[in-house]
Amino acid sequence: MSNDLLFLLFFGGFIPILFIAYIVGKSKANKISAQGVTLHSQASQYGWLTALYTGLPAITFATTGIFLYLFDFYLIPPFMLIASALGLAALTLFIVTQNIKATTKARDLIENVLKNILILATLISILTTFGILFSIIFESLHFFQRESITGFLFGTQWNPDTAFLEGASRGGEDVANAQFGAVPIFAGTFYITLIAMAVAVPIGLFSAIYMSEYASLKVRNIIKPTLEILAGIPTVVYGFFAAITVAPFIVDVFAIFGMTASYRSALGAGIVMGIMIIPIISSLSDDVISAVPQNVRNGALALGMNKAETIKFVVLPSAMPGIIAATLLGVSRALGETMIVVMAASLRPNLTMNPLEDMTTVTVKIVEALVGDQEFDSSLTLSAFALGFVLFVVTLIINIVSITTIRRFHQKYKISNL
Amino acid sequence: MKKNINSNFYIPQIEKRNRLARRFKYTTLAAVILSLSFLGFFLFDIVKTGYPAFQQSYIKVEIKFDEETASNPYGIFDKTMSKLISRAWLRSLPQKIAKNPQWMGTTQTFWALLNAEADQHIKGRLSRLDDSLKIKIEELLLKEEIEKRLNVIFFFTGDSKIPENAGFYSAIIGSILTMMVTMTLAVPIGVMTAIYLEEFAPDNKITQIIEVNINNLAAIPSILFGLLGLAIFINFFGVPRSSPLVGGMTLALMSLPIIIVSSKAALKSVPASIRQAGYGLGLTKWQVTKDHVLPLAFPGILTGSIIALAQAMGETAPLIIVGMIAFVPDAVTNITSAATVMPAQIFTWSGMPERAYIEKTAAGIIVLLSVLISLNTMAVILRKKFEVKW
Repeated sequence: MSNDLLFLLFFGGFIPILFIAYIVGKSKANKISAQGVTLHSQASQYGWLTALYTGLPAITFATTGIFLYLFDFYLIPPFMLIASALGLAALTLFIVTQNIKATTKARDLIENVLKNILILATLISILTTFGILFSIIFESLHFFQRESITGFLFGTQWNPDTAFLEGASRGGEDVANAQFGAVPIFAGTFYITLIAMAVAVPIGLFSAIYMSEYASLKVRNIIKPTLEILAGIPTVVYGFFAAITVAPFIVDVFAIFGMTASYRSALGAGIVMGIMIIPIISSLSDDVISAVPQNVRNGALALGMNKAETIKFVVLPSAMPGIIAATLLGVSRALGETMIVVMAASLRPNLTMNPLEDMTTVTVKIVEALVGDQEFDSSLTLSAFALGFVLFVVTLIINIVSITTIRRFHQKYKISNL
Repeated sequence: MKKNINSNFYIPQIEKRNRLARRFKYTTLAAVILSLSFLGFFLFDIVKTGYPAFQQSYIKVEIKFDEETASNPYGIFDKTMSKLISRAWLRSLPQKIAKNPQWMGTTQTFWALLNAEADQHIKGRLSRLDDSLKIKIEELLLKEEIEKRLNVIFFFTGDSKIPENAGFYSAIIGSILTMMVTMTLAVPIGVMTAIYLEEFAPDNKITQIIEVNINNLAAIPSILFGLLGLAIFINFFGVPRSSPLVGGMTLALMSLPIIIVSSKAALKSVPASIRQAGYGLGLTKWQVTKDHVLPLAFPGILTGSIIALAQAMGETAPLIIVGMIAFVPDAVTNITSAATVMPAQIFTWSGMPERAYIEKTAAGIIVLLSVLISLNTMAVILRKKFEVKW
């Protein structure tokens, strides 16, 4: 039996039952009130109560059945499952209608059920974090059972090729041991991030200063959303731009000076990543600079400072925590950025200081390890989770620091938009 | 202004200070102009690379149908012509002959699809054609036997290994299916979470931790959601790989925090007096929320959801991890079979060795960007239209 038909059967039976439950509950309440008894709640609320109490057990039962089915604990035939869920719905409908009395607190009962549904939804949102955390930690532990942690964190050789053979079940005694020293990968990540920040921080910060201090409100209302278009462009588009336009341009420019640049240089990926991060920094810094109270500026101007001096010596220092936080958010974006580096940076781990050479990043290695026909529990695949774990921890720390800094800053100036 | 050095108010460094101030102002202006010109150049570059792909060249050919052509359609054209005509078009010829038996014994005129190399040459790009073929093309262009038409193939066929026959259709359908999964999961759960946190939850340590956690989740690199999808959805729950279902679920987790944060902001902007008036009339919390707060916060929630949808639509990294870069020639119709999405198709094409894929990639980007920009504009317009100022 096809899945579509099962869905149709379930909802085709379920929704009418809920509707009937509503009608039955409401008419029961109406009947009671027709006898001259004052009801605790309104008649329609008894209808809702009946519908909720009819629906929930059936839904819970059906979901449990599906989960049991998925985990191969107990295979209830799908048709049986649907039939019994609908049967359960009918049974609960009967019991609930029997128990409706004038004193039944329908309104409070609905309130409780709905509140619990909302709590359930919140739990799902929170579970996502733990889901990420546990899935990554769990798979990383698998990886570290095979490879040493110190070798991973401090080794300078990344040669997983033999793990690839093992993953393709062709490993043997004669192949050399795979090496998972991630230092060149971390170095490449930080180097490309550094280049990106070198582009994004000055441009973003100066744009923010112009928008908040010099531009008229009208101009600012045009510039700010326009710059935010840059943030809305998908990163795969930036990656294409970096690979097709920026990389050849960099090669040509450095060829004039007689230097050879790689077509997948760290510089190209870094610059484009910087362009992507400009709006993050400009937008957040603009908020922060605008949040500095006007009194502070007026005080400085009254002492004879001109506008630029006021900005440099008074406004920026007071906005500094917020600006640093914005920069940190930019750094965390750059560290986790994937598509630009996958398309414009190299696959080769390369420990160098020359930005014209090719370098690789954590995210590139994650993608490389997981795209392909590897067995899931090969060391190469698991190394992606170990790298992901490092990425998670680093970005999490940066995010927490930056979010709490921004929040403290806004509290200081009594503004709350984060 | 005349300088009065003897004045009591004269400040010796004033000129220098003012000059520095002006320089500072122009530096900031230059930064704005620089970033705006990045945007301008970027859009210009993409459009310039991509717009030729919306046209495709066709060549006029006459085919005399007899027993021989029917038995061997590939042998119809001489060597020069078969180097110009697309293999995809030739391949579809036997089907057409079988469908139209009345052609037998007659001569029919067709506009045949030109192959990518010739098409690139006509569009003035580099191609690997021989000089003799290039001259031939010039002749045919003069005789108007080659013409450029709107590229229907791009919009109505799926991916192909033959560049001139590759289209964006299956990616568009894949994106729509994936987004449907994402929205049906993320919007209800996100809005419900926001309602709980904003209206019901007690203000204590746990709630604060949850809020910090959600803010953090919004800033976690998207690729980590891909790792989650791979480890939990695919390996643990056995959801089919590459399917819109697993892609949509992964993106739903990614857009949840965005939807929660924006819905919470929308709920927060509803003034407390509305709630108090409701409580004063004896309504319960849920009644106040359902009948008064939610309708007022609805425009904000809608805008936030659309923006989250746009962001999820452009996301590639987590989808690559869950395998949504499959080669999908035909559009999928259900959410459990292998599919591709627009950004993933762009990524796949950008890695193709043939030059003709460059303009296809850029054309795909134009389509994707127009969808995203119109979604975002829609969000802004909706917000402007329904926004209530208190």
